[in-house]
Parts: sequence; C-alpha cells; structure tokens
Amino acid sequence: MTDYNELIFEISRPSRTAASLPESDVPSVNLSKKFPEQLIRKIPAELPEVSEPQLMRHYTTLSNKNFGVDNGFYPLGSCTMKYNPKINEDVARFPGFANIHPFQPTQTVQGALELMYELQEDLKIITGMGAVSLQPAAGAQGEWTGLMIMKLFHKQNGEDQKRTKILVPDSAHGTNPSSAFIAGFEVVEIPSNASGTVDLTALKKQLGTDIAGLMLTNPNTLGLFEKDIEEIVKLIHGIGGLVYYDGANLNAILGKTTPAMMGFDIVHLNLHKTFSTPHGGGGPGSGPVGVKGFLAPYLPVPRVEKQDNEYVLNSSYPLSLGRVKGYFGNFGVNIRAYTYIRTMGADGLKQVSESAVLHANYLRKLLAPYYILSHPQFCKHEFVLSGLKQKKLGVKAMDIAKRLLDFGYYAPTVYFPLIVEEAIMIEPTETETKETLDAFAKALIAIAKEVEETPTIVLEAPHKTSVRRIDEVRAARKLLVRYDKSEHKE
Amino acid sequence: MGNSFRYLPDTPKDREEMLATLAVSSLSELFADIPDHLQLKEPLAIPAALHEFALEKKLRKMANKNKDSKEYVFFLGAGTYDHYIPSTVDHVLSRSEFYTAYTPYQAEASQGELQALFEFQTMICELTGMDAANSSLYDGFTALGEAATLAVRSTKRKNIIVSKGVHPQGREVLKTVSVGFNYHVIEVKLAGDTTDLIELKKLIDQETAAVIIQYPNFFGSIEDLTKIKALAELNQALFIVSANPLALALLEAPGNLGADIVVGDTQPLGLSMSYGGPHCGYFAVKKKDIRKIPGRIVGQSLDKEGKRGFVLTLQTREQHIKREKATSNMSSNQALNALASAVFMSALGKKGLRQMAQLNIDKADYMANSLNEKGFSVNNQAPFFNEFVVELPFSIQQTNNVLLEQKIIGGYNLEKEYGLKNHMLVAVTEQRTKEEIDAFIAVLEGMIK
Repeated sequence: MTDYNELIFEISRPSRTAASLPESDVPSVNLSKKFPEQLIRKIPAELPEVSEPQLMRHYTTLSNKNFGVDNGFYPLGSCTMKYNPKINEDVARFPGFANIHPFQPTQTVQGALELMYELQEDLKIITGMGAVSLQPAAGAQGEWTGLMIMKLFHKQNGEDQKRTKILVPDSAHGTNPSSAFIAGFEVVEIPSNASGTVDLTALKKQLGTDIAGLMLTNPNTLGLFEKDIEEIVKLIHGIGGLVYYDGANLNAILGKTTPAMMGFDIVHLNLHKTFSTPHGGGGPGSGPVGVKGFLAPYLPVPRVEKQDNEYVLNSSYPLSLGRVKGYFGNFGVNIRAYTYIRTMGADGLKQVSESAVLHANYLRKLLAPYYILSHPQFCKHEFVLSGLKQKKLGVKAMDIAKRLLDFGYYAPTVYFPLIVEEAIMIEPTETETKETLDAFAKALIAIAKEVEETPTIVLEAPHKTSVRRIDEVRAARKLLVRYDKSEHKE
Repeated sequence: MGNSFRYLPDTPKDREEMLATLAVSSLSELFADIPDHLQLKEPLAIPAALHEFALEKKLRKMANKNKDSKEYVFFLGAGTYDHYIPSTVDHVLSRSEFYTAYTPYQAEASQGELQALFEFQTMICELTGMDAANSSLYDGFTALGEAATLAVRSTKRKNIIVSKGVHPQGREVLKTVSVGFNYHVIEVKLAGDTTDLIELKKLIDQETAAVIIQYPNFFGSIEDLTKIKALAELNQALFIVSANPLALALLEAPGNLGADIVVGDTQPLGLSMSYGGPHCGYFAVKKKDIRKIPGRIVGQSLDKEGKRGFVLTLQTREQHIKREKATSNMSSNQALNALASAVFMSALGKKGLRQMAQLNIDKADYMANSLNEKGFSVNNQAPFFNEFVVELPFSIQQTNNVLLEQKIIGGYNLEKEYGLKNHMLVAVTEQRTKEEIDAFIAVLEGMIK
C-alpha cells in the first residue's frame, strides 16, 4: 500500500459521504428568502466525497507513511521526543474534560479548574517560580508573553522608552529573537566563547541602561550547562534588566536545580517537550509562563485561583498584559501534562533528567571517534556533532540525516545551532533503551564508513522511504500549496 | 523499580554499563557542572506518584465534577460550539504515527502528515475562496492578531479598525499584540446587531492598515461584506474577515467578496470543545500575499524519481531561518487539530457540510421564531446563522441557573462586554432537537408564571 499516492480529492466521487446527519425536525429555511442574494454561496466548496471505509483507508495509509515516536527512535535535538504515555490520551478524552465549554459557569467546571490550579502549583514547584499562567499555546507564545511582561514591568518603572534591547546568545532558538522582535524589542546577539557558553566579556560590552533583559536556555542548545549563570544573572540584574529562561531544555534539570535557584525572573515551559504531551505532527503544544512573585501582577488574565474551597477565574489584575490567546490555553494538552506529573512524582521526574543526561553522554561517547564533537566537556540532555569531517569528503549533514531514515530512525536536528558548522543535534531522551542507543550509534557509525567508502549511497538517500528525496527548491519556485483539478497530475 | 516509572527503561545493569563506558563512577559526576549550591538537596515537593489505575480513578472523579455536553444540553456558543463529530475523526487522530510525530522537517519520513496538511490547506482555500492557506495557527484569535500584524507590516500604516461585532476575546488578543508592534486598535461600534457603517466610513482613512469584520459576527448576524469592502477600498485598507468555516458552506466565500485575508477557527469542524483548547486557527490569503503568511505551509513537489511528494515550503519566512526578520515567531502550531478538521471535512464532504450548515440555520430560525411567538424578543435585524440575541424579562444569570436545574446549559450573557442587560446570545447547532429547543423555551415560560 505504500504505492498509494492519491489525494483525497482524487478518490472523491459525487454523492458519496462518510457522515450521517438527521433529517430536520423543524421547518427548513429557504435561504434565498432569508439572506441577501450577494451573501448566498453560488458555487459549493469542492470538498471530497468519500465513503467511510474509503476515508479510513485513506488516512490509515497516510499514517503508514508517517514516522512518529511510536514507530521508532526520534532523536530530534531540542524537541525532546520522548514517549507519549497512553493513559494521558485516555484521560484527555474523558467526556468531563473533552466536552465542556469555556464559557460555562465556573461552578459547572470545578474539576477542570481544579486540574489547572494543581498543574500551576506543580509547575511553580518544578521551576521555583511564584506564579504560573497556562494560557500560552506553545513555546514561542510563552516567550512573547514573558517578554511582554518584561516590557510592562519596565513601563511601570517609567523605563520602557529607554529599555529597548533584548540580549540573546547566538546559540539561542530562532524563536527567541523572533519573539523579542514581535514584542517590540531590538535584538542584540551575544557570541558564545570557545567552550560553547555565553562570552562574558562580550556580554559586558553590551550592558547598559538600554537593556530590558536577557533570554537564555540552560542547558543551552549545545547541551551545555551555562556554569557562569550566577554571574550572568548578577550582571543583568545589576543594570536593572530581567533574566528570561527558555524552558525548552528543562528535561535536563528536573529535580536537580530550578530556574529560580539560578536567578531567572521569568520562565516558559514546553509541556509538549518536558512533560510528555504528544507533538501532534507540529502541535498543539502548551507553553505556560512562570514568574517570580514581583512579576505576578503582569501575567495574562484570567488567572485560575482557589478561594476557600472553590476554584475561580480572576481577571482583576489592572497591571496584567491582558489576553494572549483564547480562553484558558490548550487545556487538552495541559490535562496530559498533569497526568504525566502525577504518574512520575518527584522521584520519577528526577530520574527522567538523570536518564536523559546519561543517555546523551553515552551516545555521544559512542560516536566521538567518528564525528567531530562540538565541545569536549560532558553534555546534559543533548549534544551536537559536526559533520565537517564528512563534508570534506563531499557529504553534508543533510545527507547523513536522510540516510538515517533508511535505517529506520528519524533524523536528528541538522544545521542548528547555527554556531556549529554542519551541526547534527541529537537528543535521545530518557525513554529509549540502551539497546536502541547502541543500535543507533551503530547506524551512524556505518554511515560514517559509507561516507568514506560508498558516498553515493548516502548522497542519494533516502532509499527506503515512501518517496525519495523531495525537491525543495522546486516546491518553493513552482509554488503549489493547494490541490487544483486543472493544474494537477503533473 | 516501581510501577510509576514504567516509561524509564534503564535497568541497574544498563546504568552501570553506561557509566563505565563514560569512565565515571556515579551519575552525580555528569551533573558536576551545576554549581553545588544551585543543586536541589530535597525532592520536589509535588504530590506523590500514583499508579495507573489509581490515577485514572482520581482523574475520572475530577472530570465527573464537570457538566459536559454528553449529559447536558448546550445552547452556549459564542465562538465554541457543541457540534457533531463523526467517530472517524478520533480514530484517525488516535493513529500514533500522526500524533507522536513532530513538525515534518524530514519530508521523506513524514509524507502522511504533509499530504494531510496539504489537503487541509486546499479545503480551507475552497471554503474561504482564497488562493493559499497555511497549515494552522494556535487559534482563531491569535490568527486575527497575525492578520493585523501582516496588514501593518505590509501597508506600513498604524491603525487597525475592528468591529465590535468581532469576538471580545479576539479584540483582547489584538490589543495585546498591538502593544508589541506599536499600532493602534480602533473599535467601531455596532448599529443594532451589525457594524455601524456610517461610523466605519468616518474612521477609515489613509492611516488605516486594515478593517476587521467577523462573519457571521459575534451576535450571529451576517454582515454585508460587499459594503464594508467598498469602504475599505476607498483608502486602500486591507480587508480582513474572521469567518466561521461551517457557515461558509452556505455563505458566499469572503474571497469572492473582496477579502484580502480570511482567518478563523476550525473548532466547528470536528474539534471537541475541550474547555477552549486546543482548537485550530486558520489563515488564508490571495496570491499577492503568499510570501507574507505566518506559520508552516506545505507545498507539492516531486521526488528525485519524479513521483509526487510534499514538503514544508517557503521556510525562509520562518523564525528558524530568518530569526528576528521572520513573518511570525510561531514554531509549534496545531497540526493535529488541522488533521482532525481535514478528516471532518472529508467525512462530511461537499454535500454533507452544506446539509449540516443548513440544519444550523433551520434550528436557530425555529428557536428564534418560537421565542418571538412566546413574547420574548429576538433582537437580530440582519439574517443570522446559528446564533442570535434574545432579550429576556429576567437576568441572564438567573435564567441560566434555572436552566441548569433542567440539565440545560444556557447562552452567553452579553451584559459585561456589551452593556446589554438581560440579553442572551443563544447558539443552536444541528445537535439540538426540536424537543430540546421546546424544553428550553418551556423553562423560560415557567419563569414568567
């Protein structure tokens, strides 16, 4: 069935359907009598017409052409592709969670509010922060929310006009500078030093009263712990700035340390990374934001609170930045994260980080003789290799990534972080077995040999996927982003 | 090792062997780079771990405290609706090849997801009458924010005019976004149940980047987009329409009425209400603006053997490449929800979606007529889709409390956002039977007696 290559529009035949609707039990409205002529649709939308068995076969076949964590090892660096527990899926589908409306009176959704409240409390403890909002939909929205809080804080101090710059290390996720720009800041990039961490000398040069704050991931995207973190925080606080923690890499430090202990003022978390909620092929995620107590008044509203024995929604925060997203965030995702935290407990979460770090270091050690390591020291939950040795032989990091697909693995993140040439970023996570790590290392070592002996096989990879390498340049030049009967069948 | 750590496969032997390979004697050596005084000495003070069935019981209890639409009859809408979802939708979503994958960076191993999203984009284009759509945004309200941002950046103008007929939360998100981008959000009031066109005409000028209208609007009424487009065009302002995609099955596509950007939320198309999320924003434009779209877009291409294949395209707009110059900071989106809506639209199909939309119109019309007949006054002057405003002789809170006793979740109270005392926004979807509608009205009648 991997040869199946039809679009759902192409298997459509008039008058088929996969849905069952009742006859109306009320009089039918004649549209042309009720609606003005110009607002009535003339040409029906060309949606597919398929039977239910066809529908299921179409999507099941598509799923067969898709690789997820349940299919195999997914070492996509910086994305924490850990196992997605099944009980989480079941719980999110309980009718009492899935079929409730965001505008129901709060007394009819006490269970939902209780879950949100308890999750906030858990995240406060895990990060050491004073208050948490679950409203942001994903990491990037959490970043933007955090930066808007920074902006309002400086405004409250009458300094928003002068504090216009955000410092971002050159190893940061692309979302960091992008979120800062969207929050209306100017981005100043801080270079990394030879050991892969923030260059303190370069940082000091940028310090001034025009700085609103600094964004930092710790461990950073090279998988290295910023051991000068206390000094960095002290420097930023010293000039009146705030320090923001990008929680993308929290999987390395659960129960070991907290962003609050390191001195951070604001943090966002990616529940779809650290707290096991599925990545959904791109989303939905959830990006809660936590802040130290003095910033709590600026958090998005409404806030979920407990008054006596009742859970309530409170919007009476005049300094709040307002609303960043509809309703209360991605509730369905938050249910899964809550279920995970309750499954693991404190000891379990700590073991998560210990195993994640152990696995990354072990895999790194196995690969060290064959690929260039970005840095010599122990890593945390992920590490970066450089494919420079292989590039000299004419094979790029992207080719190696594609070849891995033939071995039954998803590929690592490539060409990120930008500061490592031919970067191959690997995050094995704690949920993989040692056997999987050994087998994956074997595959990457075999590929390194192929690069030396039979490079063509790597250059032409993948060979075993449902399609061979896709022409990305053509996709962008001959832009085709929707099915069109007349243009199709190339 | 306890049952609670069933996701962690390391055996003591595995651990020993890995540590030996690393030539370290304990795990703590791997954490030595965290200064000792920054290391937690006590376990996190979160509640104890629960085994699977105890946890399931606890969560079921929590869920059962909520009054859900499987047991209660919902007349509550205001942007989120209790609609029919065919069983097929959740069966497809439960395929873990889909839900345990991430953004399809490696196209060759992600063709299923990519094709499904390409089909989703096509269906959104069909419904909206636009040329290109992205593969989802967080929700309809954030999509509205992204649309305003696109307008401000592309026109280099500073004002966004938004009708008060746009969802209050959509306007709230817009205001939050505008602070970062330093543009002004100007609200235009309603004249009755639709946008005040005289007022709108006065407000639009050379500084107007875009006019934003909801279709049908928050009161359920269908705005005359042709008239608003004409006003926007006079000053070359962009025309942004936030549309309920289900209504578009029967309403003229905004793309045929002059919309430059059409956004909205696909929640009515197969997504459970889920206390407000995850839902799924959509974003559609005409050809001229394709390269300005925020978020991920799937394009069709060929593989090296000439076979059709799909891939994320126009990635140079995005944050992971362009960083601060990107069209948006979005990385994760709502892909799984987009997949759900695509399955839903495929299940209902060309005729089914129209039929479902017609049922919504019929039921809402029946209920409004019945209310009028019984002496309650429905305020909408313009034609409406599946929602309308009814004025009652008692407070909405009181009414909803009485309805609740009959296992009915009543409508949305319009007092706080619109100052309309005793006005309820009532939603009537295809799910509501004549019997349920009559029961609702009987409760109101009972309150008078």
